[in-house]
Amino acid sequence: MDVLNFLLITASGLFFIGVYGFLTRRNLLTMLISAELMLNGAALNLVAFNRYRWPEELDGLFLAVFIVAIAAAEAALLIAIVLRLYRNTRSVDVSDITELKH
Amino acid sequence: MLQPDWILYILALMALAGGVMAVTTRRIFRAAVYLLFSLTALAGIYFWMHYEFMAAVQIIIYVGGIVVLIIFSLFLTHQTGQPLPEPAPLQRWGAAVLAAAAWVGMAVLLLDLPPALREAAMPTMSDIGSALLSVNETGMALPFEVITLLLLAAMVGCIVLALKDRTALNT
Repeated sequence: MDVLNFLLITASGLFFIGVYGFLTRRNLLTMLISAELMLNGAALNLVAFNRYRWPEELDGLFLAVFIVAIAAAEAALLIAIVLRLYRNTRSVDVSDITELKH
Repeated sequence: MLQPDWILYILALMALAGGVMAVTTRRIFRAAVYLLFSLTALAGIYFWMHYEFMAAVQIIIYVGGIVVLIIFSLFLTHQTGQPLPEPAPLQRWGAAVLAAAAWVGMAVLLLDLPPALREAAMPTMSDIGSALLSVNETGMALPFEVITLLLLAAMVGCIVLALKDRTALNT
């Protein structure tokens, strides 16, 4: 198997593991873990294309670095929201958080 | 044609197995630790590809920042020793079949890709640094500044969200 195909299949494997976790978990923090796995699959995809298609360019690498930065901002905001929700409802389970329903 | 060697096979296996354990384990602290293994193996893959900058970013921000943040918030919101509830069987098997079918379809499509190029001259660390801050047509100065603004807004938003209540703003 070629190295580019192998890396891309690994990246899509990580992405779909994240999809599985996102569909089955009912806890906000484990859903965040699944979302991080999906973001990592996407970043590995971009880096692998950059490395083995256009090795003298850097665009895929920078896109992956920006994905990491946005993932950091997203994780920090989600954890602030989770702590706030926990203070109000004593739970981080998505089926207990129904206040925005009419 | 470039072949993956056994180091890459081990690293990819670690990343995938860590991911599977992180989404299936019923102990939430172990899920965070398995995520740590998966992210570290991914940093190893970046080292294997000779992208040392990307590997350093992965280790510093993901392993050193995000996972530590997740573990801290787990300690603040969960009792130790309480396993997570099992997902419903229909939900679990439906999600597993959906994800596995999508992965197999994706793999079949990806196997048709033309093979990787031969090694070319790799950009050095100083190339990365000057491209990140230059303003010519391949420079990344504008996205870099936008990301800094985004991080500032996220930081302020976190402080506002995590404040105890409105009256704390006035004291």
